[in-house]
Amino acid sequence: MPQKPHPVFPHRHLLGIEGLSRIDIVTLLDMAEEAIEVSRQVEKKRATLRGRTQVNLFYESSTRTQASFEIAGKRLGADVMNMSVANSSEKKGETLLDTAMTLNAMRPDILVVRHARAGAVHLLARKVDCAVVNAGDGAHEHPTQALLDALTIRRHKGRIEGLTVAICGDVLHSRVARSNIILLSALGARLRAVGPSTLAPDSLSRLGVEVFHDMRSGLAGADIVMMLRLQRERMNGAFVPSSREYFHFFGLDEEKLAYAAPDALVMHPGPMNRGVEIDSSVADGARSLIRDQVEMGVAVRMAVLEALAQHLPNV
Amino acid sequence: MPPSMPPHAPLLFVNARLVDPASGVETRGGLLVLDGRIADLGPALIAQAAPQGARIVDCAGDVLAPGLVDMQAFVGEPGAEHRETIATATAAAAAGGVTTIVAAPGTSPPVDDPAVVDFVLRRARDTGRVRVLPLAALTKGREGREISEFGLLREAGAIAFCDGKRSLRNAQTMRRALTYARDFDALVIHFPEDRDLVGEGVMNEGELAMRLGLAGVPREAEAIIVDRDLRLVQLTGARYHASIVANGLSLAALEEAKARGLSVTCGTTINHLTLNENDIGDYRTFLKLRPPLRHEDERRLLVEAVANGLIDVIVSDHDPQDVEMKRMPFAEAEAGAVGLETMLAAGLRLVHSGDVPLPTLLRAMSTRPAEILRLEQGRLAKGAPADLIRFDPDEPFVVDPAELHSRCKNTPFDTARLQGRVKSTFVAGQSVFERRSD
Repeated sequence: MPQKPHPVFPHRHLLGIEGLSRIDIVTLLDMAEEAIEVSRQVEKKRATLRGRTQVNLFYESSTRTQASFEIAGKRLGADVMNMSVANSSEKKGETLLDTAMTLNAMRPDILVVRHARAGAVHLLARKVDCAVVNAGDGAHEHPTQALLDALTIRRHKGRIEGLTVAICGDVLHSRVARSNIILLSALGARLRAVGPSTLAPDSLSRLGVEVFHDMRSGLAGADIVMMLRLQRERMNGAFVPSSREYFHFFGLDEEKLAYAAPDALVMHPGPMNRGVEIDSSVADGARSLIRDQVEMGVAVRMAVLEALAQHLPNV
Repeated sequence: MPPSMPPHAPLLFVNARLVDPASGVETRGGLLVLDGRIADLGPALIAQAAPQGARIVDCAGDVLAPGLVDMQAFVGEPGAEHRETIATATAAAAAGGVTTIVAAPGTSPPVDDPAVVDFVLRRARDTGRVRVLPLAALTKGREGREISEFGLLREAGAIAFCDGKRSLRNAQTMRRALTYARDFDALVIHFPEDRDLVGEGVMNEGELAMRLGLAGVPREAEAIIVDRDLRLVQLTGARYHASIVANGLSLAALEEAKARGLSVTCGTTINHLTLNENDIGDYRTFLKLRPPLRHEDERRLLVEAVANGLIDVIVSDHDPQDVEMKRMPFAEAEAGAVGLETMLAAGLRLVHSGDVPLPTLLRAMSTRPAEILRLEQGRLAKGAPADLIRFDPDEPFVVDPAELHSRCKNTPFDTARLQGRVKSTFVAGQSVFERRSD
């Protein structure tokens, strides 16, 4: 199927975008392009991971990411098992590492992990023998989300270099934002963080982004407007006074979107809080890429699983 | 323990590099110990001058200095014997050259009752190798609400008052504690940390925390409480010691307060002087500390403050944590590191780097804590207790956690290359540690 061979992906795990080279990133995106083709055929099955076991270990509940990894694994022929630890072992007091060691003994080939704490996936990767994919660790990284966002942008804009991307909302607590900032900067985009100072502090500039506390100036001329989800517990006075005040100043509606470039596109990693960070007319409008992102998610995860499979032992 | 020790034979150290941090004087010579105290010292004391029946120790040019006085170490008893016992803590102390441990009060039950002070003292007498002086809680149950029985606790043997690593939220309680302490001339030791400002924070606030996706702790969390405390000290006239300060904002406030003549002193930890936030690397939980390790610029300021005496005391902040509490995601792992056994060698890094002269380092680890606590230790002088350590400051070694005497091996210096390991330790003239040559 591959038209030309891709450069070898040199990593055993995918723990974050940090540490990946530009070539690594482009390789994954190119592989994902091929996976889109596969996914759009009637016969979607491939044999790359046949006989392999993929375990999705989710310490935080997730519908779309877990489903996306499951479908990606199955399309590549792996046996996929979902474990939602949020409601099993951890409640019985078993530690993360004990669970990891137990799973490791069952000899999975790929472990996809989501955890509420930053660094938890790194900790686990040090203790198991299989390949580990970070499906989101606390406020640290969510590498496959950033890859699928990049793929979505590249397919619609034809490039990433030189684009202005405004990431809006709770940038401080967002692993999606962190991974996207690293990835899109590496590919030459100009990054902005837009939000109230409590959620988009000026110190974000240390990551190489330009910080704005006003949507109109933050969106001015932007090619991509990437909205982030605002956690419910952060909008009741802890970081912003109320959801209605937040929507008034930072919710994306047609009026604010008008400040962006005329051909600006809108993204959201989901799940959306309609009427809090994004207005339905924008979310469902012609410039929204939100549904494309979901499709790209499966393709990117197939690419990641395939890339890591190159290093799995064959004996 | 030392007070009840029987009289023993005279002990003569010869051929030593005598470093007295109290006077700053360094001399080649010998030191004579009689009845657990220093009877004489100087260049004239050579083997030929030994009294009848004396045991002679040839130091072969090694440093002979006062044993260290560690103002902050957790010894586990009562209630946390799975982490440490007085036997293991004092074994670690002896191997690290610490001859006096000031024991943290955050035990279970806390040291807020004279009976618990008595318990710690008796356990120290029966199982300890070095001197153990218990701190008592500043407030009942270390809950920050009602002040503890300073008078009775002092009579029972408490050396000073401190709520361990619980900072007093309530300024009124702090004011009352300082006011009441004054009547007993008691020393109030306080860990400055604004818990509300710390919030969920687990490491230094800054770029690294942002990259790691960890919540940060601003320097102000410490400095605000230091500022508040200094104002209350001014108001009450009490004797106050900030147990751990770890950034330049606090130092500036303390410098100003000292210049105004307030009776305030402060300490920092060996970890904050020799490590910085970058050592956390890939979420290494052994480097998770309270206060958090900060930027290299802050570490430089701390080292400078030790060199010029603004920081009075260096503590080990010995905090044994079992592996289970450390092998967790960074935010969930317990903070703390063992340190009794490595504090001297780690501190010598500052000597070898040329930042702090040896007598100054030893002064912050022995003389100053002894002065603040009004102890006789911490100096090489006639009449002083013969709490002594011998070491070669240049001897290289690699820290092997398996060799540590503490029950827990959570050292941030795991496999670090250090120089200057203690060869032998004496408390009141009695040998409590002798390193076997390997």
